[in-house]
Amino acid sequence: MAGFDKRVASYEEAMEGIESGMTVLAGGFGLCGIPENLIAEIKRRGVKDLTVVSNNCGVDGFGLGLLLEDRQIRKILASYVGENALFEQQMLNDEIEVVLTPQGTLAEKMRAGGAGIPAFYTATGYGTPIGEGKEVREFNGRPHILEEAITGEFAIVKGWKADRYGNVMYRHTAQNFNPMVATAGRITVVEVEEIVEPGELEPSQIHTPGIYVDRIIQGTFEKRIEKRTVHS
Amino acid sequence: MALTREQMAQRVARELEDGFYVNLGIGIPTLVANYIPEDMDVMLQSENGLLGMGRYPTEEEVDPDMINAGKQTVTARPGAAIFSSAESFAMIRGGHVDLTVLGAFEVDQNGNIASWMIPGKLIKGMGGAMDLVAGAENIICTMTHASKHGESKLLEKCNLPLTGAGCINRVLTDLAYLEIKDGTFILKERAPGVSVEEIVEKTAGKLVVPDHVPEMTFAQG
Repeated sequence: MAGFDKRVASYEEAMEGIESGMTVLAGGFGLCGIPENLIAEIKRRGVKDLTVVSNNCGVDGFGLGLLLEDRQIRKILASYVGENALFEQQMLNDEIEVVLTPQGTLAEKMRAGGAGIPAFYTATGYGTPIGEGKEVREFNGRPHILEEAITGEFAIVKGWKADRYGNVMYRHTAQNFNPMVATAGRITVVEVEEIVEPGELEPSQIHTPGIYVDRIIQGTFEKRIEKRTVHS
Repeated sequence: MALTREQMAQRVARELEDGFYVNLGIGIPTLVANYIPEDMDVMLQSENGLLGMGRYPTEEEVDPDMINAGKQTVTARPGAAIFSSAESFAMIRGGHVDLTVLGAFEVDQNGNIASWMIPGKLIKGMGGAMDLVAGAENIICTMTHASKHGESKLLEKCNLPLTGAGCINRVLTDLAYLEIKDGTFILKERAPGVSVEEIVEKTAGKLVVPDHVPEMTFAQG
């Protein structure tokens, strides 16, 4: 009886079932808190025409940037992209469709998606190109636009510690988009630095309760730094 | 003389108040952190999920899991809190941040701001800027008054695609400090040695000039 044990034995098993054309939600902010090994496994599998939802798209040769090398991403929803030359080139050649989305709206779209809220109104983006074509409604004398929730076939998440039941804690600002991503995948895969026994994590300190998580794997991480800035 | 970047940051810092939660954008706004008065406690919010951003780390303290919204490595100060992106933007959208400081390409007399997209140039995205301008009641926009070619950036109507509509009420440029109210810029202060005439000449939008426009003062050195 596996019960609530969400552990899988390999990265291959962790991404079992991913197919071309699927939507994949990915946690991370820049290169901080990205599911780097799960991304590498998607690259290894060679699935194509993916729709990726992530705040950013990695850098050349690392993170989601890896999936650009074999043109695996057809469309991306992100708030800030273009930290990589390959992305820029594919964007200019119309090889990748980019849907720029305000950062808070992106986070809320996934939060709503995971929480069963199909859409929400926000003042963010009203009167800008982001609001064009969207339903407008006034609340408290102020116009708001209707934004729709996001869910995906797969959600890939980077945690710090998890127990076998899939309860996850994040470390420092590596939390970022990961908790919302974790709630919005039909299959949610979490890779962590350490898997512990149930009972070892303080229940009130769990960021992502195991109910959202389908698969857990322990990995080792490069944790590349994008902008190393030190105190002078 | 037009203000230096450091002087602009110094001037913005005078708008801080003890107990303020503040979000500083990239560029000149970031420099404001260097001018928080000693006798004041201000908490910096970074929209990737950090309230209580500290100084940059030493080499030994560098931690890849600890960054700010500009993706730079940072530390957390005592009393800091860390949370998700959704929580971070709940604070921003919900109007809980006391002051937001951000840069812009253009601002107009109706408080519209354009800061993220120049058609024909590579568009990287708006990041959190649209949420910040829509959510904050209290925003200071920092920018140069005119382009290198002398074209005003304080306009009757923004030419570039907007980041937010009707949300800016204060602007600090390298030449002046202005407020925006009822469809007009109001000149409040001028940079040391900059004449009212020069500011009038470089402001394309409607501008109200009070009888007395004080000159900003800065400590020497």
